Formats: sequence, C-alpha cells, structure tokens
Amino acid sequence: MTLIDLANPTKFLSLTGRVLPWLAGATAILLLVGLYQAAIAPDDYQQGATVKIMFIHVPNAWLSMFVWGVMSIAALGTLVWRHPLADVAAKAAAPIGAAFTFLALVTGSLWGRPMWGTYWEWDARLTSVLVLFLMYLGLMALWRAVDDPSRAARAAAVLTLVGAINLPIIKFSVDWWNTLHQPASVMRMGGPSLDKAFLIPLLVMAIGFSLLFVTLHLAAMRNEILRRRVRSLQMMQASQQAA
Amino acid sequence: MSLGPYASYIVTSYSLVAAIVLILIVWIAIDYRLQKERLREFEAGGVTRRSGRQATDV
Repeated sequence: MTLIDLANPTKFLSLTGRVLPWLAGATAILLLVGLYQAAIAPDDYQQGATVKIMFIHVPNAWLSMFVWGVMSIAALGTLVWRHPLADVAAKAAAPIGAAFTFLALVTGSLWGRPMWGTYWEWDARLTSVLVLFLMYLGLMALWRAVDDPSRAARAAAVLTLVGAINLPIIKFSVDWWNTLHQPASVMRMGGPSLDKAFLIPLLVMAIGFSLLFVTLHLAAMRNEILRRRVRSLQMMQASQQAA
Repeated sequence: MSLGPYASYIVTSYSLVAAIVLILIVWIAIDYRLQKERLREFEAGGVTRRSGRQATDV
C-alpha cells in the first residue's frame, strides 16, 4: 500500500482495522513500563516525591502542542491539497488535543500548589497554554456550528493555522518573559539537564502517551469517516424519497 | 513507596489522567458502535452506497 492509497477512506479504514490492535498493545506495554519506572524513580532532592507528577504532566504538555501541530499540517492539507482525509484528521484530533491540554493544565496546577504555593499564576507559560485549551474548544464548537462540512472544514483550517502562532509563544514564553514556570530542561540547547533517573522514565512515558495519541487518533478518524458515510447515506435516502 | 506529605496531589494527578484517558477510550469505542449500528440500519433498509457496496463494507 502506497501513501497515496491512504487518501482513499475505504483503504484507510482497512489499514486502521489491521494496525489498531497492535498500536493499542504497544501503547499499553509502554505506559505500564513507564508507570513502573515512574513509581521506582528516586525522590528529587528539592521536590521530594512530587517530582512524580512530572512523568504525566510533561508528556501531556508536549502532546497539547504536538496535536495542534498535527492539526496545522492537516489544515494545510485541507486548504492547499484538498486531501479527503485532512479535515477528518483535524476534526478527530481536536477533542484528544483538548483532553491532553486540560490534563497538562490541571496536573501542572496540582504540581504548582506544593512547589510554588499556588494553583495558578497568570504568567506567560500558563496563560498561553490556557489560550491553547480555549482555542481547542472554539475549534470544536466551530465544526459543530457550521452545517456544511466543506465550509466548516475551510473555516476550521484557517482558524487552526492562525492558532498555530501560539505554539512558539508557548515554547519560548519561559525564555522571553520572566515566568514562575521553569525553563526547558529536556528540549534545550546543550542537551537535557535532567538526571537519567528522571529522564528515562519521562521519555518512556512521553513515547507511551504519543502512541496513545496515535491509537486514539486513528480510532477517532475511523469513526469520523463512518459518520460521514452515514451522512451521505441519509442524504441519498432523502433524495430517493423526494424523487 | 512513600509519597511524602504531598501524596494527595500526586495521587489526584495520576487518578485524573487515568480517568480522562479512560473516558476518551470509552467515548471513542461507543461512537464506533453507534456509527456501525446506524450503517447496519441503512443496510437493512436497502440503502446502498454509490459504489454499490454495502453500507458497513470496509
């Protein structure tokens, strides 16, 4: 099967049917290994056991931005190449991205309370991630508000690309402004500053959560294709009854 | 494994992530069943796709 074959929704459905069980299995194994490593990871000399929140907060925070990046590429696919699966991919990714962003915000807040003494601070990193969460919700509302799927797809694609401006703002907010949030400690010039005892479980959890996203996304795309098939059959039935 | 004085924050974080991931999985699984069921109803009613294939064919 070539890449161009995946443009055909029927062939895509056939592929996802074969791949999903393997992806789900690999995701479960990686997350279990990651959780075990997180459980046996040593306490941080300053944060104590609270550092364990990092193993779920950071993967969710990475994915909150990664999913919007995926949706931005899909938006280009909708506007430039008019790929039949581009809007399906973007629409299916939005609720999953919103869930990851919500988890990044809440776990960050629960980590912040014992470490910073506050659940929330209107600093650049926290505020820009909150804006990202609101953009996810706005995008999901837009898809539901517009009846014509092709008009909704174009409007959502434009909004997604405009919203992508927020991604570098989130990433570099800790460098550009004086924030309560710590600067990058993994994806930074000069390599990660984390000790291996924390870095390895974090990377295993990050790969596990990324696989979780791929699995959920493919399954949600399959649902969206079936939903569109239902819609076209409804329209066919209505036109047959009218004739 | 001792979680120290802030155990409630750690346990709440992990529980919340598990709950939201579970909700996502269940929601997607239910949605799949719902769409399949609707396609089966069309098939039972004799409505076929433009390609001539049955509604539930992959």
